[in-house]
Amino acid sequence: MAENENEPIENERENMDKTEIAPSSLAGIAAGHQPKTPGSNVMGVGLEARGVHAWFGEKHALSNVSLDFWPGTVTALIGPSGCGKSTFIRTLNRMHEFIPTAAMAGEVLLNGEDIYAPGVDVTKIRLKVGMVFQKPNPFPSMTIAENVLAGLKLAQLKSENKDDLLEECLERAGLWSEVKDRLNTYGGALSGGQQQRLCIARSLAVRPQVLLMDEPCSALDPGSTLKIEETISHLSSSVTIIIVTHNMQQAARVSDYTAFFLSAGGPGQMVEVGPTNEIFSRPKDKRTEDYVTGRFG
Amino acid sequence: MSATQVMPPASPNSSEIPAKRTLTTKPRFSDKVFRGVVTGGGLSSLIILGLILGYLLYQGYSTLHSEGFKFITGSDWHAVIDDNGVFDPKNSHFGLAAMLIGTLVIATIAVCIGVPISVGAAIYLTFYAPNSIKKFMVALIDLMAAFPSILFGLWGFFVLESSGEYWARLLHKYLGFIPFFKMEVPYYSRSPFIAGLVLAIMIIPIVTSISREIFSQTPLDRIQAAYALGATRWAMIRAVAFPYARSGVIGGAMLGLGRAMGETVAVYTVLNIVYQVNWHVLISAGGNVASMILQKFGEASPAEVKALMAAGLILFIVTLIINSLADLIVARAGKSGR
Repeated sequence: MAENENEPIENERENMDKTEIAPSSLAGIAAGHQPKTPGSNVMGVGLEARGVHAWFGEKHALSNVSLDFWPGTVTALIGPSGCGKSTFIRTLNRMHEFIPTAAMAGEVLLNGEDIYAPGVDVTKIRLKVGMVFQKPNPFPSMTIAENVLAGLKLAQLKSENKDDLLEECLERAGLWSEVKDRLNTYGGALSGGQQQRLCIARSLAVRPQVLLMDEPCSALDPGSTLKIEETISHLSSSVTIIIVTHNMQQAARVSDYTAFFLSAGGPGQMVEVGPTNEIFSRPKDKRTEDYVTGRFG
Repeated sequence: MSATQVMPPASPNSSEIPAKRTLTTKPRFSDKVFRGVVTGGGLSSLIILGLILGYLLYQGYSTLHSEGFKFITGSDWHAVIDDNGVFDPKNSHFGLAAMLIGTLVIATIAVCIGVPISVGAAIYLTFYAPNSIKKFMVALIDLMAAFPSILFGLWGFFVLESSGEYWARLLHKYLGFIPFFKMEVPYYSRSPFIAGLVLAIMIIPIVTSISREIFSQTPLDRIQAAYALGATRWAMIRAVAFPYARSGVIGGAMLGLGRAMGETVAVYTVLNIVYQVNWHVLISAGGNVASMILQKFGEASPAEVKALMAAGLILFIVTLIINSLADLIVARAGKSGR
């Protein structure tokens, strides 16, 4: 029955101009967001994935993904559940290998150096490539201030002026005005959205060059989501951001580039990558088009 | 039926707060039966404990009454039988202090040595050990928990004694300035220190197993958060696993303490049981309440048996107090970190 209903729409679509396919809202949002071009005057360090594959045991979860992340840009990874985007993002700071049976192939280059090369200190990689998780995970045994500065302690870094760093990170994460009077209360008492911004502040304190965000807003209400998106916009001038999201409006709002992942039964693959406004208005691949127009997924 | 019926509008003066309603439910028959069974199980342990306590109180009352507070503070234990073979209550004295102190001293030694080893083993098993070794070791440690204590006692007597003596000499030589390690007579064997060593080994399985269980429940998202901040494994354990597991590990240690305080046969086998207050843990003299009961019970006159019952009652109460204190500590430590 569903197929019968879809058929006339399909026919209609074929007659339509490509630029008109995407719902105007998404394309409109994305169009207002001009991607920064590589080589423009931005700080930060790029990251390059070269032919990345990932396995869990015998299961081939991700196949041959090559993707460049330009310095100081925001790249959104979109796609239906199980398409390997979270797996991919976790290969970028070597969190993938925490799953006991996990394996990978290919290269991930940070500053042109392979982070999987023998002799690399993985803790140093994770300092440069920070991560924010789906579920806010502040350390409940620590106060707000201790949470922000936890990375310094964990990685045994020295800081000249911790108070300044604390304020700076909370400010950049958009949380300072809300917590400045209760820095010594426990982090667990904050709301979900505040906790997530606390986690962002915590990641920033070790001064990462790249920040990975794995569905950072999926557990949050719209107001908190908006604040996090503002935070992302502010950060993108100094940090390269890669964000996994199921929310296509979010991808359109915050990202410069969008990569679409898909798994057709087998391992997840990257179908298409491009400037966000093009992905949402003139996708090259039919599957991307179907996904961003909400016809499946 | 009356689907079209409209709710009457709330009366204008509905601002007055109504009385709270009692919330009830009618349980099903099967639920009632099950509730009866589990309640019976829960109560029976309480009843058994109560009966033992009542029996000890009943048997020990006469001694407690005649000795009064000196039963706890006094430290001589003489059951005098006069020439006619009759118990002489006037010249008999029952004071438990020496053995109570011995109990605490030995149990403390056991916990101080056993708990760090156990926590280390638990951390290794949870965060470092490869899967194959982990399975093997967990099985081994569980087996160790089921070992009869007389085997630990015999092993301690025949095997640990000599190396324990060596360690005791080292302690005396380098830490002799601490009062506990003072020695006037160089006779090191069968000391509270060696009994404590044996007990330490005996409490390792249970403390390890509880600690490992708790460490393994450390929330994965916190572990990942620590690693994502560039933590080494040790830094992660310190920042995340310790705060999370602290209260549980303390609870495990207290269970170990309880076992060490009540241990009878192993102490009886290893220790030279002498009825005197002895703080010097390296000297070959000591005892604990349980091993003293075992030692005296065989030859005790009916009156002395009553005194031993009273001693059992005191041990029971002391253990209860220490366990309650432990619960208090666990509850306070548990506030943060979870």
